[in-house]
Amino acid sequence: MRKLLLLTTVVLVGLVFIARLFYLQVYDNSAYNIFEDIAIKKEYNYPKRGYVYDRNGELLVANQPSYDVMVIPREVAPLDSLEIDEFCRLLKITREDYDKKLKRATSYSPRLPSPFVPQLSKRDYAVLQEKMRKYEGFYIQKRSLRSYQTTIGANVLGDIGEANRATIAKKPYYRLGDLIGNQGVEKTYEEVLRGVKGIKFIQKDRFNKNIGPYKDGIYDTLPVPGKDITITIDSELQAYGELLMKHKRGGIVALDPSSGEILAMVTGPSYNPNDLVGRNRSKNYTKLHYDTIAKPLFDRGLLAQYPPGSPFKVMNALIGLQENVIDVNDTYTCRLGYYYGSRKLTGCHHHSNPTDMNHGISQSCNGYFVHVYRKIIDKYSDAGEGMNVWAKHARSFGLGDFLHNDLSVGRKGRIPDGDYYDRAYGDNRWGSTYIVSNAIGQGEVETTPIQLANMTAAIANRGFYYTPHIIKKIQDDTIPKAYTTPKYTTIDKQHFEPVIQGMFDVYNKGTAQSLKVPGIDICGKTGTAENFIKIDSVKTQLTDHSIFVAFAPKDNPKIALAIFVENGYWGSRFAGKMASLMIEKYIKGTITRTDLEDWILTHSLEDEYKKPYSGEPFEINRGAKLQVIDNYATELPDTSGGLKL
Amino acid sequence: MLRENQRHFKFDWITIILFLLLVGFGYLNILSASHIGEITSYFDTSQLYGKHMMFIGLTLILIILILSLEAKFYEKFASIIYLVAMLALVGLFIFGKEVNGARSWYGIGSMTIQPSEFAKFATALAVARFMSDLQTNMQTLKDQIRVAAIIFIPALLILLQNDAGSTIVYLAFFFVFYREGLQQIYLAIALSLIALAVIGLKFGVLITAAIAAIIIFSVYFLRRKKRGSILQYITVLALCVSFSYGVRLFYNHVLKPHQQNRISLWLRLENDPVKLQRMKKEEAYNLIQSEHAISSGGLSGKGFLQGTRTTGKFVPEQHTDYIFSTVGEEWGFLGSSGVVLLFVLLIIRILYLAESQKSQFSRVYGYSVASILFIHFTINIGMVMGLIPTVGIPLPFFSYGGSGLWGFTILLFIFVKLDSNKINEW
Repeated sequence: MRKLLLLTTVVLVGLVFIARLFYLQVYDNSAYNIFEDIAIKKEYNYPKRGYVYDRNGELLVANQPSYDVMVIPREVAPLDSLEIDEFCRLLKITREDYDKKLKRATSYSPRLPSPFVPQLSKRDYAVLQEKMRKYEGFYIQKRSLRSYQTTIGANVLGDIGEANRATIAKKPYYRLGDLIGNQGVEKTYEEVLRGVKGIKFIQKDRFNKNIGPYKDGIYDTLPVPGKDITITIDSELQAYGELLMKHKRGGIVALDPSSGEILAMVTGPSYNPNDLVGRNRSKNYTKLHYDTIAKPLFDRGLLAQYPPGSPFKVMNALIGLQENVIDVNDTYTCRLGYYYGSRKLTGCHHHSNPTDMNHGISQSCNGYFVHVYRKIIDKYSDAGEGMNVWAKHARSFGLGDFLHNDLSVGRKGRIPDGDYYDRAYGDNRWGSTYIVSNAIGQGEVETTPIQLANMTAAIANRGFYYTPHIIKKIQDDTIPKAYTTPKYTTIDKQHFEPVIQGMFDVYNKGTAQSLKVPGIDICGKTGTAENFIKIDSVKTQLTDHSIFVAFAPKDNPKIALAIFVENGYWGSRFAGKMASLMIEKYIKGTITRTDLEDWILTHSLEDEYKKPYSGEPFEINRGAKLQVIDNYATELPDTSGGLKL
Repeated sequence: MLRENQRHFKFDWITIILFLLLVGFGYLNILSASHIGEITSYFDTSQLYGKHMMFIGLTLILIILILSLEAKFYEKFASIIYLVAMLALVGLFIFGKEVNGARSWYGIGSMTIQPSEFAKFATALAVARFMSDLQTNMQTLKDQIRVAAIIFIPALLILLQNDAGSTIVYLAFFFVFYREGLQQIYLAIALSLIALAVIGLKFGVLITAAIAAIIIFSVYFLRRKKRGSILQYITVLALCVSFSYGVRLFYNHVLKPHQQNRISLWLRLENDPVKLQRMKKEEAYNLIQSEHAISSGGLSGKGFLQGTRTTGKFVPEQHTDYIFSTVGEEWGFLGSSGVVLLFVLLIIRILYLAESQKSQFSRVYGYSVASILFIHFTINIGMVMGLIPTVGIPLPFFSYGGSGLWGFTILLFIFVKLDSNKINEW
């Protein structure tokens, strides 16, 4: 037995050691990851980010160098107070900032680089560079920042910013301090524009000194430069739209119906894209983000989901014809509204009678369309079924769902169907008279401006549309097929002509007579939508929204657009004028209706927007007085170079 | 002539092959841990690996020398060798050179020699000589004290030179004494003392006293027939408690702060995260780097000369005490468990040979060799993997250093020589 003590101990120790080795090397660490190896320094080489051009080849977004001061907290050598003060002066930060930033970086990771002071200017960099070696643990990372060659299109172009931790956790490509597209095309075409960063692995010793490439650089990669893109925006039209939208809130979306290309995508209020570049980015972004009243970061052209109002009447006209419940020449007599028995379901305004389809559209008669709408729904024995057929037609115009395009944001809108009302009222406990507001685009139907513009494009094309998109060309690549394949509506081609004639007559003898543009046959439709907000939990009506859809020319249309101006009184007052100007600008290149231009530029809705927050009672609609401004900007925003920093 | 040749072939080639494998593999790892930049020549003596290659060359000469001496020489001259080694240790107090706080080196020109590495085989020889004496009886207290003195002298001298790690090695002889008839009670006492020390430090004296009381009184109640006086049991309990208390006092007042920290980290005594962090920074840097290096090796390692932490010199003292972390990083689980297996096989082989010796001198010596190698192997690899507190002793045949390599080679090959001679032992 005495012989066995040492023997068994030796065997036991051997087993324990092998178990420990197994735990350390196999169980605990199944895969060696070079990115987590502190002995290997990873040096990134950022490629040039792709440029953005407009449809006419004008450069909108380029690059400029930027210098980030990075820190690896573990490697920061202790500095005395004087040295820190000097460093702070060079970085233009305070001593408290210094401590706070260092602490934040340490809490993220003591051994990984964190941005310390991002985006130094070239001059600060030049001064700092010479002294950098004094501050161990800090280094300068060169990056490429955006340089906007224009002051317009902030919502279209978007911006790039540091990837946040949530993004990094989801997309391992990004590391702290890397830049990523944040909105607009920068976001949707991030991977195209970005390219792929190169990486160099460098062997370090324990004093953090570089001692040469790791394994002679066999794992190193070269950066792949980002690709340039051309977007469908016409920067001149975009700039003009933004000018018109000054002092108003709302959105304009203009499309080329023959291709689905977005010509302009305006939101008001907006901002100068240069505000989100450089060291003031964070300050400016915060300001924009927290402006919860004007919401400059809210792209109204894409996100403002509202009842479409009267432009939706043309949809009901088309469905009525397709379902064969009306004839173009059928007339209806409107008695200042639609009556069900003796009950008035919908009001209407003064116009001549009798009303056929053409007259209904051009005069925007509510009664006529409620009449049509009820005939559609009641064609089927069950209102639910009728509603489903109606919804199917409406949805074939790209309404009620995402457009599945290449814009960074969007809303579904809403096209209610039978199920929707079964849920709201109970199964079969409702009928066509319950839901007549849909006839005039005021009920449960909701759309965004881009959906309305797309609907208009589908009408202009007499029955098909291309998904509205913003990409025109990608360097060495093709654009997705989904954008070049037409999508057909469920309405037969022949039904479009009478409706389009009605829209043409809106300008000839209808609600937009005063907005005609000489030499261009415009088809359009006005819209006026009631709206309410809660002020101190009291439902209060505000001035109606001004809505307009139009396309031109009548034959072979080149442009289709939808305009939406918040609290713009009525359709032709703001949105209609802007539509005529946009169309003239795009087709002729010059403005002959300078009277309309002057009116739009001199009239502001800022006072209108202050009303609900004034705390005082206020007048709306025709009872209110419109604000006139004297010193308005007549020049177009600067679209040609000139970088403001 | 014929007899001469036969004798050569009676060397235990298994032991020799295991030895060569360890030394050879050790060299590769020293090369990896110590090279800076390109390797121009393996014999470049301005580099550590070149020097170690030279040490290995000299070792081969040493081996031939050891094997060519008569086996009887070692038994006869055991006492004198021991005496010389002890004088060498004493001489350090006068002529010694201090390296890293330990005064355990002689400087001869540019070379340094560490006599404590040679004191091990000398002590083993002396112990074997004493115990194989016909008059020695390990059952008597008198001889127990004498043999204890043989190991106590070098242990004390080394401790006084501030080399606590090398002192611990002398505990190895406990295995030898036990094999040669030391009473069971010593083993029981040794294990109890270790348990008392560890439990006392980890859980405090009160809990230790409670556990000891439960065990001692259960023994008292279970042994109904010949349990003796209860006073004896109370005395034992009192001794246990005072020992446990003594260990705490020793820990708090005698140990140096760095030694306290090592034990504290090992037993996880510190709960305050801030202090723990500081302690780790001050004391466990080597250990953390070494564990990281080992675990980054994975199953099959990063490859010879490809270890990123080894190349970056992240583990201090990697070519000496922490050489095993190089094995772990570059050769992975397969390579490092291979090294563990080589050591286990070598020790078992020596034990097997020792048991088959006909003379008690050879057997005791062989046992001593196995025990000393075992202690080094256990403490060094255990420390590098964070299983036991940091104790600075080299890994036999592996770690860089002439004195160490030669000391272990002499230790092992005297036994190879003794073993080859067993046929002539009568």
